[in-house]
Amino acid sequence: MSDYVITEQHSQQSFTCKQDEFVLKAMENHGLHAIAVGCRGGGCGVCRVKVIAGSYECARMSKAQVSTEQQQQGYALACRLKPTSDLIIECSPSPLAITGLTGVAKAKPKHTEVIK
Amino acid sequence: MRKGVLRPGHIQLRVLDLEASVEHYVELLGLHETDRDEQGRVYLKAWSEVDKFSLVLREANEPGMDFMAFKVVDDATLETLTADIEAFGLEVTHKAAGDLKDCGRRIQFTAPSGHVFELYAEKTYTGKWGVEETNPEAWPRALRGMKAVRFDHCLLYGDELAKTFDLFVDVLGFYLAEQVIDPDGNRIAQFLTLSMKAHDIAFIQHEEKAKFHHASFFLETWEDILRAADLISMTDTSLDIGPTRHGITHGKTIYFFDPSGNRNEVFAGGDYMYPDHNPITWKAEDLGKAIFYHDRVLNERFLTVLT
Repeated sequence: MSDYVITEQHSQQSFTCKQDEFVLKAMENHGLHAIAVGCRGGGCGVCRVKVIAGSYECARMSKAQVSTEQQQQGYALACRLKPTSDLIIECSPSPLAITGLTGVAKAKPKHTEVIK
Repeated sequence: MRKGVLRPGHIQLRVLDLEASVEHYVELLGLHETDRDEQGRVYLKAWSEVDKFSLVLREANEPGMDFMAFKVVDDATLETLTADIEAFGLEVTHKAAGDLKDCGRRIQFTAPSGHVFELYAEKTYTGKWGVEETNPEAWPRALRGMKAVRFDHCLLYGDELAKTFDLFVDVLGFYLAEQVIDPDGNRIAQFLTLSMKAHDIAFIQHEEKAKFHHASFFLETWEDILRAADLISMTDTSLDIGPTRHGITHGKTIYFFDPSGNRNEVFAGGDYMYPDHNPITWKAEDLGKAIFYHDRVLNERFLTVLT
C-alpha cells in the first residue's frame, strides 16, 4: 500500500499518509500540529483545508462546514480526507468554527491560543 | 418557582452516518435501540429510563442538535406553558401525537440562544430496561459498553444568555445552580436545574446561535469513567479530554465524539442542589479551573469545537 507525502503550506510541515488513512489522523500519528484538531468526525470544521495540488477522496462531512460548491473548489475537512496522490494543502478553518472564539475565550485570553 | 416542567425527556441529534452512529450509541455508550420510524429515525434509551426513548438519531447533511425536550406533568400544564411562552414573546409550533413515535403531542419554540426546545406530557412508559418494578435486581446483566445509566443534560452554546435565562427561570421554572461571571458582571455561563442535579441544561455565551456542545450521560462511579476511557481507546473513538474533574458541578468526567463529531460526555458524581441554595459563582478569570479542575487550563477545543 502506498504512502503519500502531505505538505501543509503555512507551516511547511510534511508527513506521510497511507492510502486509506485520513490526513488528520496521519498528522496526529506523526505528533505534528500543522492542522488544528477538532472532533475528528467531519462535524466541527476546525480542520478544514484547501487542497492546492493532488488527488484525493472524501468521506461524508458536514455541509455546514464544506458546502457542495466549496468541495468542488478543493475544500475538505482533513479528518475526512484520504489522499490518492501526494498532496499540498493549506489550512482554511471554516468561518463558522472560527467564530468559536467567543465571549468566554475573550474573558480569559491567556488561557486560549488563537487557531491559525 | 416550579411551573410543572419535570425533567429532560429527549434529544434529537443529526448524524452523517446513521448505522455508524447507532453502533456508537449502542455498543460504546450502552444505550438500547427501542424503535425506528418511517422517516428512518432511530430511537434509543439508557437502561434506567422509564419512558420509551431519550435519544433520537436522524441522518442529515450536517451534524448537530435538532431539539431538546422536557417532560411536563400533564396536558393542562402543556396548555398553560404554551400561553406563557407565547406571552414571553416566542412563537409556539405544535407537533401532533405520533410525530415522534409513541410520544404525545409536543410544543416547540426557539429560545433566544437559537436552540429549539420542546415540551410534552405523554410518552409510552416502558419501564426500566432489564429490571422488574417489583423486587428489582441492582442492574440488568446484559449491559454493553459504558453501561450509561441515563441521558442527563446538554450543554449548548449561543448568545442572548440573559433572555434565555428569563425564559428558563421565569417561564419554565428552572433555577440557577451555578454561573460564570466575567469582570464586567456579565453572566457568560449558566447551569440550570429542575431537580437536585447540578444541571438539567447549561448554556455558555457564544457569538453564533444554536450550537451544540455536548449531550451527557450519567455513570455511577469514577471507576466507571476510567472504564469508559478504556473503551474509548479500545474502539479508537475520538477523545476530547479526560478523565478529569470539573470545577463547575465538581462532576468527574470524560468527553469524546460520536462518529459525526457530536460531542458526548459521560460523568459521575457532582454536587446536589435544592431550590433554596444560593447559586455557585465562578469567576471568568478562573475559568480554566472552573471547567477542568485538575489541569486548571482551558483547552481551545472545549471552547471552539461545536456542531
